[in-house]
Amino acid sequence: MNLDELTLKEQLNGLKDSSFSSVELTEVYLKRINQLDASINSYITVTEDSALEQAKESDKRYKRNEPLLLDGIPIAHKDIFCTEDVLTTCGSKMLSNFKAPYSSTVVSKFKNDGIVMLGKTNMDEFAMGSSNETSYFGPVKNPWNLEYVPGGSSGGSAACVSARLASAATATDTGGSIRQPAALCGLTGIKPTYGRVSRYGMIAFASSLDQGGVLTRTAEDAALMMNTMSGHDHRDSTSLNVEVPDYSKAIEEDISGLRIGLPKEFFEQDMPDYIRNATEDAIKVYKDLGAEFQEISFPNIGLSLPVYYVLAPAECSANLSRYDGVRYGYRCENPKNLEDLYMRTRDEGFGPEVKRRILIGTYALSAGYYDAYYLKAQKCRRLVANDFTEAFKSVDVILSPTTPGTSFKTGEKTSDPIEMYLQDIFTIPANLAGLPGISFPCGQNNNLPIGLQLVGNSLQEGKLLMAAHKFQQVTDWHKEMPNL
Amino acid sequence: MNKINNQWETVIGLEIHVQLSTNSKLFSGASTNFGALPNTQACNVDLAMPGVLPVLNEEVLKMAVKLGIALNARINSPTSFARKNYFYPDSPKGYQISQMDSPIVEGGHLDIELEDGSIKRIGVTRAHLEEDAGKSLHEDFEGQSGIDLNRAGTPLIEIVSEPEISSASEAVAYLKSIHSIIRYLNISDGNMAEGSMRCDANVSVRKRGEGELGTRTETKNVNSFRFVEKAINYEVNRQINVLESGGRITQETRLYDSQANTTRPMRSKEFANDYRYFPEPDLLPVILEKGFIDSIKKEMPELPEEKKNRFTQDYKLSEYDSGLLSADKDLADFFEEAVKISNSSKLTANWIMGEFLAELNKDNLPISDSKVSAKQLGTLISRIEDSTISGKIAKDVFEKMWESSKGPDQIIAEQGLEQVTDDKEIESMIDEVIKNNPEQLQQYQSGKDRLFGFFVGQVMKASQGKANPKQVNDILKSKLEK
Repeated sequence: MNLDELTLKEQLNGLKDSSFSSVELTEVYLKRINQLDASINSYITVTEDSALEQAKESDKRYKRNEPLLLDGIPIAHKDIFCTEDVLTTCGSKMLSNFKAPYSSTVVSKFKNDGIVMLGKTNMDEFAMGSSNETSYFGPVKNPWNLEYVPGGSSGGSAACVSARLASAATATDTGGSIRQPAALCGLTGIKPTYGRVSRYGMIAFASSLDQGGVLTRTAEDAALMMNTMSGHDHRDSTSLNVEVPDYSKAIEEDISGLRIGLPKEFFEQDMPDYIRNATEDAIKVYKDLGAEFQEISFPNIGLSLPVYYVLAPAECSANLSRYDGVRYGYRCENPKNLEDLYMRTRDEGFGPEVKRRILIGTYALSAGYYDAYYLKAQKCRRLVANDFTEAFKSVDVILSPTTPGTSFKTGEKTSDPIEMYLQDIFTIPANLAGLPGISFPCGQNNNLPIGLQLVGNSLQEGKLLMAAHKFQQVTDWHKEMPNL
Repeated sequence: MNKINNQWETVIGLEIHVQLSTNSKLFSGASTNFGALPNTQACNVDLAMPGVLPVLNEEVLKMAVKLGIALNARINSPTSFARKNYFYPDSPKGYQISQMDSPIVEGGHLDIELEDGSIKRIGVTRAHLEEDAGKSLHEDFEGQSGIDLNRAGTPLIEIVSEPEISSASEAVAYLKSIHSIIRYLNISDGNMAEGSMRCDANVSVRKRGEGELGTRTETKNVNSFRFVEKAINYEVNRQINVLESGGRITQETRLYDSQANTTRPMRSKEFANDYRYFPEPDLLPVILEKGFIDSIKKEMPELPEEKKNRFTQDYKLSEYDSGLLSADKDLADFFEEAVKISNSSKLTANWIMGEFLAELNKDNLPISDSKVSAKQLGTLISRIEDSTISGKIAKDVFEKMWESSKGPDQIIAEQGLEQVTDDKEIESMIDEVIKNNPEQLQQYQSGKDRLFGFFVGQVMKASQGKANPKQVNDILKSKLEK
């Protein structure tokens, strides 16, 4: 039995009944990372020593019969989550030397529940990208085919779970950065409701859209991770002070009668037959499970992408102002004066995609353009959100493909940012409305995974996980593993 | 040369930054104490570490609402925060969290008293919350600048007046009135020297009768009442000189140099930053429930204007005395505490405005550090009222109280200063004086009335000033008439 092929839940059961120890499990992953990650590049930092220390502590707790909720499970954190005394780079040269002086709420919560941290995963620079090619630490490769991208921005988290270099990984999603890599790497990825997971210590890209979530092999695993990760945090004023249900219980609820909406505007999009067919097949599965289908309409959905590419850059232009070379992070050599320090630090420290978005955002907020761009985008955002409100009057979840295609080759879309931005056309609307979304595998084409997306109403993560779980109980797509 | 004359009219608007006296910062738990070692009071949030988030200190809401009520203004609910973007090393996030579209306080007014005693109403456009910046230290490092972020994130409320102030002296009256109110509300120490209250003055001039406003300049960070007056007067004269010699005023920010008593350009507004304000996504708009505002209304202290009126009515003081005593809350409290014991409002007011303030000023002490307490002063005054000592001796006692911190009764007892009021004792002193001055007695009895004063003086001298003057007069008169 290969321990890495077990799901997180199976590993937890194995640890509980002493079939293996956390040290053994951790060593399996560390060995695989050493063997395989040179070609995948999913980790920026591997914390081998502290991982083994944590595993030992975990084994002691099992011996004392006092295990914590996720005790001994080796996971990886996206390098956007601050981790005390560990390099936290956000995929950027700007923070390539930055050891965080504190831990994010997400990292602390997992630590408190006994997790073993294997390391920090690669990502698009400051979470800006859909292919994990903008990272200062080099592109991440898709384990299903090393010539292909894993998606982004949580490409490192997706690749490492898909390649079984961690049992699960944390991730973040601003416009699709959990769901799109989940689709491209054949994983289950959930972006919770805005405010469900604390953003404290999660390096900001676009504050009103960013949300932390997880990448796992199954919906069951995602439920376990969400139990730990969710909840109110007084250090994040936008975090929701609402009780968190037990998601492991929620996934066992009945699916029959679930009302699934099919947004006609999504299916009118240009997409390859293999995506359309896989989605049709998934609809059949749900019909057999007793779900009811209904066509719904999103008249304003066409606004999503342009709205997103005004608001996200606008917020990022301010969020990234703090990287000025004064207090921490990269600083240019021998600045002549203050202006030179600012200009060269930021010119040398940021990559081209980050600069592009800072420029777009600065422009959209400038005097004379604010009303035409930022303010109008805010109003359009409201329209998109209203479409969802309307839809959820008659359906429980909304089904669509996660992406307009399967993975693409490294370098294939880097010269055309618009083409790259279209990757997120199905995922962005949920971020604009602050709603939870999940992606899980529903097929393959040319040995590359295809993802299915479900979007739920506010705080209905349980329903999404339940629907994904029921699907996974009757299909095997999530059990497929890349040949490495 | 004073150019302020009938030809020109001055238009002034003030922006007053007031540091709110909270224990912790506006958006973090770090301490706000003044004077700590550099960067020892800057936490991860103040340092703008990656990933940190602001959390609003709710204490400031209460303070801002109090101010809004005192300024007769509207309290906006919801009130929301915005980011003001600019790069400077003492602004660690690269933006300042401030308020733009819905400031917490909007549309109020304040009545000020002019030199001629008339009342003028000045509109208050708005008052909004924002965080203070850190400090750049340019002197201490050769070829480099140091940054101290202790002050970064300290809560400020910026009070913006309408351009309805017409002279430097009105500006000072308005500023003093704001100062008095924030001290009364106990929301700031208002210490201008330490920067807890800072004033920027927008100044323009126009020909009298002209409808349109002239081009204005903004004079920054004037840090005393006196400098506000001087800076505005300088700026008004400068602008009139420029215009009279055919020049034009440049819209710009100027800095007041108190040593040279001039203002000089800081940066031109034409090249000024575009601050790119937008709503702060890390903070939700704040709803101020009616119940919350009502509960603050109930807790509102008496304000300077109300107190002044009460003093005039209840204590029968003059307008002038009431105004002077009520301008400073500590002084007003001192007065009321002293009166409770002395039972003489007029005498107490005189003592406080006279001897008491003179001693404080001499030692340059705030009232809170006074060496004589209100109770002690009240007791001293009651000893004048109950004829234990005379007013003249009271002054000596007060000086001894200030030096020794002893109470008045103790000093009176120790020094044997109690007034002699026993008729028999006074009689015997008078008899002694008359016996020793037969010549003067004869002259007096033969019609030289003015020698009466001589006898009084002799008796007082004999009693070392302690004999009750009224009794001395009465008894002396009856003896000499015999």
